[in-house]
Amino acid sequence: MSKVVLASLIVAGASALQMPTSRAASSRVSPVADAAAKLGRRGMLAGVASALIAAPALAEYTLPDLPYDYEALEPYIDAATMRFHHDKHHATYVANVNKALEGKPAKSILELQKDAISAGGAVRNSGGGHYNHALFWEEMGPATGKGPTGALAAKIDEAFGSFDKFKEEFSAKSAGRFGSGWCWLGVKPDGKLAIDTTPNQDNPLMDGGCETKMVPILGLDVWEHAYYLKYQNRRPEYISSWFNVVNWEKVAFNYEKYASKGQGVPF
Amino acid sequence: MLPAMRRFSTAAKYTLPDLPYDVGALEPAISAEIMTIHHAKHHNTYVTNLNAALDKYADAEAKRDVAAMVALQGAIKFNGGGHVNHSIFWTNLAPTASGGGDASHAPSVVGMIEKQWGSLDAFKTSFNAQTAAIQGSGWGWLGYDAASSSLKVATCANQDPLSMCGLVPLLGIDVWEHAYYLQYKNVRPDYLKAVWSVVNWKNVEERLAHAKPK
Repeated sequence: MSKVVLASLIVAGASALQMPTSRAASSRVSPVADAAAKLGRRGMLAGVASALIAAPALAEYTLPDLPYDYEALEPYIDAATMRFHHDKHHATYVANVNKALEGKPAKSILELQKDAISAGGAVRNSGGGHYNHALFWEEMGPATGKGPTGALAAKIDEAFGSFDKFKEEFSAKSAGRFGSGWCWLGVKPDGKLAIDTTPNQDNPLMDGGCETKMVPILGLDVWEHAYYLKYQNRRPEYISSWFNVVNWEKVAFNYEKYASKGQGVPF
Repeated sequence: MLPAMRRFSTAAKYTLPDLPYDVGALEPAISAEIMTIHHAKHHNTYVTNLNAALDKYADAEAKRDVAAMVALQGAIKFNGGGHVNHSIFWTNLAPTASGGGDASHAPSVVGMIEKQWGSLDAFKTSFNAQTAAIQGSGWGWLGYDAASSSLKVATCANQDPLSMCGLVPLLGIDVWEHAYYLQYKNVRPDYLKAVWSVVNWKNVEERLAHAKPK
């Protein structure tokens, strides 16, 4: 069977499983392209093709929907920031990485990270930007007052002494990252947790991306666009507010399912 | 020499320069809100942190703690660069009423620009493209290269001063998001288009005159 026909069958099958979404505005290219982007994850699906569709460019990434409404993280992160951050900044990263990879073989956005620095240009800046923001939306949620539990909580205590001490170190490093960048909590090759920062849209998944080699499970965007509308220059206030909207259940899930096994969180 | 005489003087505190115009004077290109926060908060913080870092550096020097001196280099570079850059920036801008945006005040600069880029518009297009493309935080600069007696466009990351590239700063445009976000949001190119209307060409001309060999 030709590659094109096979790809079309897989895509048609994957499309049939697409759940409609009704969340915050997304610029989904098309269910076909979207399904193609998820090819790696869904694997080979022996769907029945209702119509043969020309195989789309497999390098298309799509802007994920926010898992909540724009207002859901108020008052800690304001709705206007969520709108611009997701609908403009993240959308631009997606558009730019798609542009940069036109015609090139598809990799999941997770797989793209490893060699992003050597690839350079938009693959590094926008491919990194796309991954980082995909993780960012997923790891946050409406404030619940709940902290980490279970295995992750134990690992946090082991690495930092206590959850409070973890927050102290994470806050200090986030505030101390000069210019644009991110602060990360990740799992090192030895299984221990660590905190480190990266500049611009680099992340610890990239070879050469971070001084500490680790799989990130939690990231804080400290680019000014992440907080300026509400906090202006008051980055430390943004950082301490942000802890209120960390979805520790999701972070723990990603830790247990992926990072604790040395795998990056996939999107 | 007595040890006391070898102490680094802690008298040299840096201070926030006043803006040469009202916070609202650069509207509509740059809003009063941005000018207020940019000057009174961001630049002020660089000055405060520079002074703090230099105090700590003086202590480290007195103790001959070279490791501590090295550890402070980052803070001095960030905050010192921030102070240098913003001090230049406020003088590089002027209200249109005072000649902001009027390149006829800079005949020598414009003459060199036309020779090197063909036209002032071509220069602005090139400058804006390079400056818009800066990843993350940084500055776009027009600088004077003494070695070649020519003008150069350069970009610097974070608060790295242009002197690190061996150029004399003539005109800098801050593209840290704090410089434009409240007004232009993610659309950095719109800010770059607008800012030319408040460029203080008189100041750019003065800086060139100062930079060229007598």
